[in-house]
Amino acid sequence: MSTVKRKTQSKPMDMSEETLLKSFKPASDAPTLTSLAELEEKEIKKLKNVGLDFSEHERIGTYIQTNCGVAKCDCHMEGVELMPITEALKKYDWLKDYWWKLVAKEKDVFTKETAAHLDNGYFIRALPGAKVVYPVQTCLYIRSENVAQRVHNIVIAEEGSELHVITGCSTHPDLTSALHIGVSEFYIKKGAKLVFTMIHNWGENVYVRPRTGVLVEEDGVFLSNYVSLKGVKSVQTYPTARLAGRRALARFNSVIVAPEGTVMDSGSRIILDAPETRGEIVSRTISYGGKVIARGHLVGNAPGIKAHLECNGLILAENGVIHAIPELEAHLADVDMSHEAAVGKIAQDEIEYLMARGLSEEDATATIVRGFLNVKIEGLPPELDAEIQAAVAESHKGI
Amino acid sequence: MLHIEDLWVDVHGKEVLKGIDLHIEKGETHCLFGKNGSGKTTLLMTLMGFSGYKVKHGRIVFKGVDITHLPVNERAKLGLGISLQRPPTLKGVKLKDMLKFCESVPGLGKNLAIQYGFDSFLERDVNLGFSGGEIKKSELIQLLAQGPDFTLLDEPESGVDIENLHLIGEMIKKLLQKDVHRNRQKSGLIITHTGFILNYVAADKGHVMMNGKMLCRGNPQEIFEGIQKYGYQECMKCQL
Repeated sequence: MSTVKRKTQSKPMDMSEETLLKSFKPASDAPTLTSLAELEEKEIKKLKNVGLDFSEHERIGTYIQTNCGVAKCDCHMEGVELMPITEALKKYDWLKDYWWKLVAKEKDVFTKETAAHLDNGYFIRALPGAKVVYPVQTCLYIRSENVAQRVHNIVIAEEGSELHVITGCSTHPDLTSALHIGVSEFYIKKGAKLVFTMIHNWGENVYVRPRTGVLVEEDGVFLSNYVSLKGVKSVQTYPTARLAGRRALARFNSVIVAPEGTVMDSGSRIILDAPETRGEIVSRTISYGGKVIARGHLVGNAPGIKAHLECNGLILAENGVIHAIPELEAHLADVDMSHEAAVGKIAQDEIEYLMARGLSEEDATATIVRGFLNVKIEGLPPELDAEIQAAVAESHKGI
Repeated sequence: MLHIEDLWVDVHGKEVLKGIDLHIEKGETHCLFGKNGSGKTTLLMTLMGFSGYKVKHGRIVFKGVDITHLPVNERAKLGLGISLQRPPTLKGVKLKDMLKFCESVPGLGKNLAIQYGFDSFLERDVNLGFSGGEIKKSELIQLLAQGPDFTLLDEPESGVDIENLHLIGEMIKKLLQKDVHRNRQKSGLIITHTGFILNYVAADKGHVMMNGKMLCRGNPQEIFEGIQKYGYQECMKCQL
């Protein structure tokens, strides 16, 4: 392990969330990028790692926000609307019926801050029946030192539509400290499908507070993939999906690697409010010395529902912490809810089994880690899938 | 080829092997009989070098090299291979990947899987949801891809249905070069509880193990018939 550490502007550990928020300056005071041509080579490299495809080959639209400014926003697909949320609010009066309806404005200091001082965010809407093969890509990027970026996004998949959104969130490679607040509200209408893939690659001293609410109507499908393989100071996220219509389905997959110095408090909640709805939460976490709190909460409120929760964690460094908190909450008898949680080190017998086939101990360990993180991420473009696989393989070398 | 000299082994602080001597030459196949808990599996796991099997005394010499304290993969490189009785499940590791780790020649593992009608398992996680018989088949395909000079087989017939016993037998015969009659290079040690495998694979010598010691050796077929007739009680008396 390298002993050279980047100089970071560290904040006290015991700071309250309110003081933390106040310690940053608003993104609206920071300069914004007017053209992508201004991006440095190393920035482009980092953004590519969070799934951003600058060639836009196999992407139907792109939204890039740096600090508070929109650096790029265009969509070339009929049936799909993409615009900055500030514009969408002006254009569509009806949007107020979707605004702060799934996340409470008064929830905490971060939602209050975003409600009071919105920087921007994206609005994506698939019109009824529109089905797109390729994803819309969005990128929320912090480019200036010590700023708080306050974002509010709305995604609507209208009846019978299919939409895939890839969001890459990152900070400038030289930036040491920042705060990202991302309020997101996703609406999946009757028979619609939304695949939402989020890839995080922050800096070592960055705080991240996403606040996400999801509503899925009858026969709707919501698939969420969350990947975070690099160090970050602190992430606290707990997206909640409510399945409000019969046979609706939600699935959350998370792949999280926590290096030393990272505190990752990440959960997913599915509230199964309608009959025959299905929910699944799968999280795979690895600690290389960081702290992971892997939460999961399934609430069964209707007959004939089926839900499963799986939190598995590997601790691969002495001082690592993984705290798995799986919760099942059934409010009636006619439900099928289960969970499995396992935390520990790699089983020695698995390593030796591979060694008996000729692999060195190091290669055997890497193989098991790769297998452990190999969660089937649905609907991902093959090139991005390959990138994630490569990053997973790399993450092991980082220790 | 393999020489075990006065081997004493502890498992979780308990003395399990108490002075084992065993010598297996190039081209020979030996069979190990014994009741449950007699130490047969401990002997195989110790030979392969798995952790948790602590050698207190004695040594293991393979191809002239003292391997008593070598790591598992070093032993594999020297030409030792093992089929485990209950191998662990490797989640997220596909059988086709496992075969790539094993194979001495690229593509060999896949071809073997096709040859033995096991190709539908290539995309599956190793041992995940495999039946008893499927585990054995998977283990043997891995070993055939690996091509060890000395094969340790822990109850290769357990959990295998009658129809597949013949196929398992064929695979073991190939592994142990039973089709070669002069200058056979491959050797093996087979643990068998039921002895059924002897109907398919000829063994040169048999040994009976009890309470961590070798009781007797001789013609494997005769020993097996004796055990079938009188049970292991007779071996106890024989020792007295």
